[in-house]
Amino acid sequence: MKLTKTLLATSALTVAAGAAWAESHMSSEMTLVSWGGAYQASQQKAYSEPYMEMHPDVAVVWDESSNEAVAKLRAMNEAGNVTWDLVDVVASDAIRLCDEGLAMEIDPEEDLAAAPDGTSAEDDFGDLLVSDCFIPQIVYSTTFGYRTDMVPEGVDAPSQICDVFDLETYPGKRALEKRPINNMEWALLCDGVAKEDVYDVLETDEGQDQALAKLETIKDEVIWWSAGADTPQLLADGEIFIGSTYNGRLFSVIEEQDQPVAMMWDAQVFDLDGWIIPTGLDDAALARVKDFVKFATDTQRLADQAKYISYGPARASSAPLVGQHADLGIDMAPHMPTDPNNAQNTFLYNYEFWADYRDDIDAKFQAWLAQ
Amino acid sequence: MSNASEAPTPDDGLRLMESADTGPVLAADGTPLKRSLGRALRRQKLRALMLIAPLLLFVLLTFIAPIADMLFRSVENQIVSDTLPRTVVALKDWDSTSGELPSEQIYEAAYYDIFIAAERKLHTRLGSRLNYELTGASSLFRKSGRGLDDIGEVYQDQFEDLNKAWKDGETWAQVMGSDAWLSEANSWGKSSGKLAPALELRDGIAELLPKTAESYSSFANFVRVDDGDNPASEDPWSLVYAALWQDLTSGADVSAYSGPNADLLQEAASAAQDFESISFTDGFAEIDEDWVDTPIWQTIKTYSPKYTSGYFLNSVDMKKTPDGPALRDEDQRIYGLLFKRTMFMSLVITISCIMLGYPVAWILANLPARTANLLMILVLLPFWTSLLVRTSAWKVMLQQQGVINDVLVWLGLVGDGDRLVMINNQFGTIVAMTHILLPFMILPLYSVMQTIPQTYLRAAKSLGATNWTAFWRVYFPQSVPGIGAGSILVFILAIGYYITPEIVGGTTGTFISNRIAYHISSSLNWGLAAALGAILLAVVLILYWAYDKIVGIDNVKLG
Amino acid sequence: MADTANSEAFVEFERVQKSYDGETLVVKDLNLALPKGEFLTMLGPSGSGKTTCLMMLAGFETATHGDIRLDGVAINNIPPHKRGIGMVFQNYALFPHMTVAENLSFPLEVRKIGKSEREKKVKRALEMVQMGEFGGRRPAQLSGGQQQRIALARALVFEAELVLMDEPLGALDKQLREHMQFEIKRIADNLGITVVYVTHDQTEALTMSDRVAVFNDGRIQQLAPPDVLYEAPENSFVAQFIGENNTLDGTIKEIANGVALVELDDGGLIDAKPVNVSQPGERTRVSIRPERVEFNVDRLAEGSHTLKAEVQEFIYMGDIFRTRLKVAGNNDFIIKTRNAPDQVRLKPGEIVEIGWQPEDCRALDAN
Repeated sequence: MKLTKTLLATSALTVAAGAAWAESHMSSEMTLVSWGGAYQASQQKAYSEPYMEMHPDVAVVWDESSNEAVAKLRAMNEAGNVTWDLVDVVASDAIRLCDEGLAMEIDPEEDLAAAPDGTSAEDDFGDLLVSDCFIPQIVYSTTFGYRTDMVPEGVDAPSQICDVFDLETYPGKRALEKRPINNMEWALLCDGVAKEDVYDVLETDEGQDQALAKLETIKDEVIWWSAGADTPQLLADGEIFIGSTYNGRLFSVIEEQDQPVAMMWDAQVFDLDGWIIPTGLDDAALARVKDFVKFATDTQRLADQAKYISYGPARASSAPLVGQHADLGIDMAPHMPTDPNNAQNTFLYNYEFWADYRDDIDAKFQAWLAQ
Repeated sequence: MSNASEAPTPDDGLRLMESADTGPVLAADGTPLKRSLGRALRRQKLRALMLIAPLLLFVLLTFIAPIADMLFRSVENQIVSDTLPRTVVALKDWDSTSGELPSEQIYEAAYYDIFIAAERKLHTRLGSRLNYELTGASSLFRKSGRGLDDIGEVYQDQFEDLNKAWKDGETWAQVMGSDAWLSEANSWGKSSGKLAPALELRDGIAELLPKTAESYSSFANFVRVDDGDNPASEDPWSLVYAALWQDLTSGADVSAYSGPNADLLQEAASAAQDFESISFTDGFAEIDEDWVDTPIWQTIKTYSPKYTSGYFLNSVDMKKTPDGPALRDEDQRIYGLLFKRTMFMSLVITISCIMLGYPVAWILANLPARTANLLMILVLLPFWTSLLVRTSAWKVMLQQQGVINDVLVWLGLVGDGDRLVMINNQFGTIVAMTHILLPFMILPLYSVMQTIPQTYLRAAKSLGATNWTAFWRVYFPQSVPGIGAGSILVFILAIGYYITPEIVGGTTGTFISNRIAYHISSSLNWGLAAALGAILLAVVLILYWAYDKIVGIDNVKLG
Repeated sequence: MADTANSEAFVEFERVQKSYDGETLVVKDLNLALPKGEFLTMLGPSGSGKTTCLMMLAGFETATHGDIRLDGVAINNIPPHKRGIGMVFQNYALFPHMTVAENLSFPLEVRKIGKSEREKKVKRALEMVQMGEFGGRRPAQLSGGQQQRIALARALVFEAELVLMDEPLGALDKQLREHMQFEIKRIADNLGITVVYVTHDQTEALTMSDRVAVFNDGRIQQLAPPDVLYEAPENSFVAQFIGENNTLDGTIKEIANGVALVELDDGGLIDAKPVNVSQPGERTRVSIRPERVEFNVDRLAEGSHTLKAEVQEFIYMGDIFRTRLKVAGNNDFIIKTRNAPDQVRLKPGEIVEIGWQPEDCRALDAN
């Protein structure tokens, strides 16, 4: 009895001493880069606040630069002075940062926490580990919201992606993102191309022309957005009938601002958002960041984030833990893009395709827009 | 100065001057006056220079240097030759227009280059660079980074099957490294905080096994510097096995080798002839069919020089092809249109600023100082609000469900069904930018007008001129320098604006700067952005020069 | 006096008032008439209303009340450019972006005069001011005096019959100013134009004008030819403002035969000519020019009153001597004497007796 006690105490001491040693070798400051707004707030509540409770000595600084993170990181890297410790980016940017050598490759087994049931991180994240540098947090989708009060009388509310292209049944302005990604796929889909052939068609010049020609049919009625907040605002002002944006933005227009807006989930495009660790961190900073990332991407933390914003956690094991909205008290699961009811017809952002074709198609798309 | 007692007095100089009737005029201390003056002036200049040195340094660092950097980036293209040095050399003799595939030597060079680049994680960077020129290059290089291992592994496996010793990094180190290096490396520890000793090749090994020596050196250097490990104990890349096989099968006389593991090497030399082999061409073809097609090789060859005109050609809707510069496909031409539009809209914005700013400046200049200062605050007020806020305010004003349309509908001037489209087009951009840039027109105008006394107008009237004639013939010509200064300011600011056009410009109201911003922050094509910026800079300088020729730059007054 | 000149007046102010703020009058009840060809100077300290009068005449200010007539026509509502009045401004107001010839040509152009005639007139005007070769220069390339001439030529080139000049010589140095005074006067006389000239320099006013209107406090204090103004100021402001002047304060004792006996405040008695005093017991300020004071009292008439004076200072000024005395408590009593061979030079500390002809000493209001 006495012996076990002593043993326990000794081992506890050893563990504590070990932890203290590790702690002393970690930087006490950490700069996290994110998108600002409600999304960053959800990260603060779900990740950084609990982390700081555990480590009161650590100061966390937030920088709202994610939308220009790639360019800034490259500039920092060229100047040899990387001041960011952890950067929140969309998956396509993560791939690019990884390609450019600006993001560090991670080892999921070592750097990420396993699921509570013992499933390894690699299996728990599964296919969402789209790049060697990318640590996914959420699945979000680009989808449509429409004004319920502007649906013409005697017509059903829009329920399919091709309703966006149907000016006769659904007159009014549309809002689409000022880039080819997603729009080209939707256009082809509504021009008779089968879903599985979309990218094969889009690889060809003819396919690109076909998509642009389809978009041409609604061009005069489109307001092109470049900031995620544009479409919700345009919807709230009644400037447009239907518009694409991130599903979380629409959630806040519908549920938080109580606007007469509804979701149209058809052909929503899934995309991922997550962390990357910049290359070139010193050992202390890297140790701290790795410690934080392991914590902030564990099953519970990812599920917690969904309390504050309607984006789906990137871990399979987090999904059952998603509960109710922290303020509104509504069940969040039906608002997740990944909810089976919403995800009947979906796309996953084709990272490989767009990494190759982005420059080329964007040039064509912009030339088409400018005419 | 310090020994004033001994220093000659001016009187001495006078006496000297009197005594020396001929010859150069001398200063008080007897030195020629000219030299003395020169020295005094030089000292003065030096002191003045030191006084402005911080400013000069600041201007150089923050103004000249970035522009120089931008100009450099617009032609810089070293990434290709730095990442693929062997390939670039090998491609020199390949005729890119022949339609024939490159030779096996070129594939071999590319194998070594891309393999090493992939180890150093540089291949994807090159991929994104070449993707600007050839769609698909990005994924091609990403794939190849992983795929090239397969080629070397063919040989690695066979060597290792032949003798387990080949698996061991130390075997390789003993063969390749000199004895001195080996003993030094074996006593090195990571905790020393220093890099491991640099590889010193064994005498004669570079002649005996040239490719192996070269690739092993690359490997050793990488392990030592990039990983901070000891090359003597690390297992080499599969590339090194492929190199050894090549050396052994191309007639290396290993019997001449007498260092450690000579038996191993001889055993391998005789076995290597019967190894299963794979040509580099086939290896590349296995990774991606695109490697056995000409476009990727043409692109690499076209962009292999250290400096390229490619970005500039791209900025004027052209592209480099193996046959020389050519126009881009019509559906990809955008920059010419955008340059023209930027110029045109900036001109319209400048003119609207003159039209609106002139009367305001006139009123300000002719009001009593107190009232003028109060009004001046109103003029400057836009400066104190965020650009985004100001632009977004115009959105609220101009959109179809916005304030102006609401008022027009309420007044019955416009039907509810056909509200005016005043935003997300050129009109919106012009309105919002005129508003934002107006102070830059009013301020120089105001300061010039303040210096024009009212008596000129009175004089003109007393001489019989009507109000209009007095204004047009007497006042206006004197305010032209203010218009000139304001116009230059507004125009140059306008062509560089991108936030406002991005928010309210829609598709027809965007500027060339929006594309520059896109290439800086989204596509990361900084070379193209720099070339576009350089062209914009050149246009501004040309306009400035033309203005100087036509109006005269002395006729610009900011105050 | 205005009434008498009415019929032949070329320029006429009648009961003109001007207020800028609606509370105070800058010009109070101005009546003034000048015949064709007259050179009239408005003289006064700054703020006396003289420039306002000129500007009302030019049309740049409107009269709050009253009429201004030019050649018998009320011009109150005629805009400046239709009045046909030439004007020379204080800083010349030559248009800096035009050459001299273009400046001169400007009034002719706006009158739609043909090119050849324009050139002829410009040439003639330039020759008149002896600036014939300067037609191609810009104003900035000319000296102050030359600019002045051009400004004058510009005001005359369209043959205005009335020319207004607002302190035109203010910016020139003394020598040039004197030269230009003569020049302007000569040209004005030659052309027979009417000139209204504003200045605060009394020498300028005295040397150039046919008549001088002395302004103070929004009113004309005296309107008279220069000699009258100097010799016979009508009130103590004019006496003080024009030329150098000695003043002594006192009380009228009696007035008889056009001579007033004044008892000075220290008890001394003097004779003076009553100007705007009428009754014994009235306070008065007597004024006497320094050059009219006599200290050789033998030259005065029998029984003249004299005063004792103590010499304070003797200043040699070349053509004249200037002696400062203490007289009846006034420490700044000045005597000017000509530097003649037999002239006495007084020494400080000397006590002398001074006196004057009663008509040289004017008993004025006590202000």
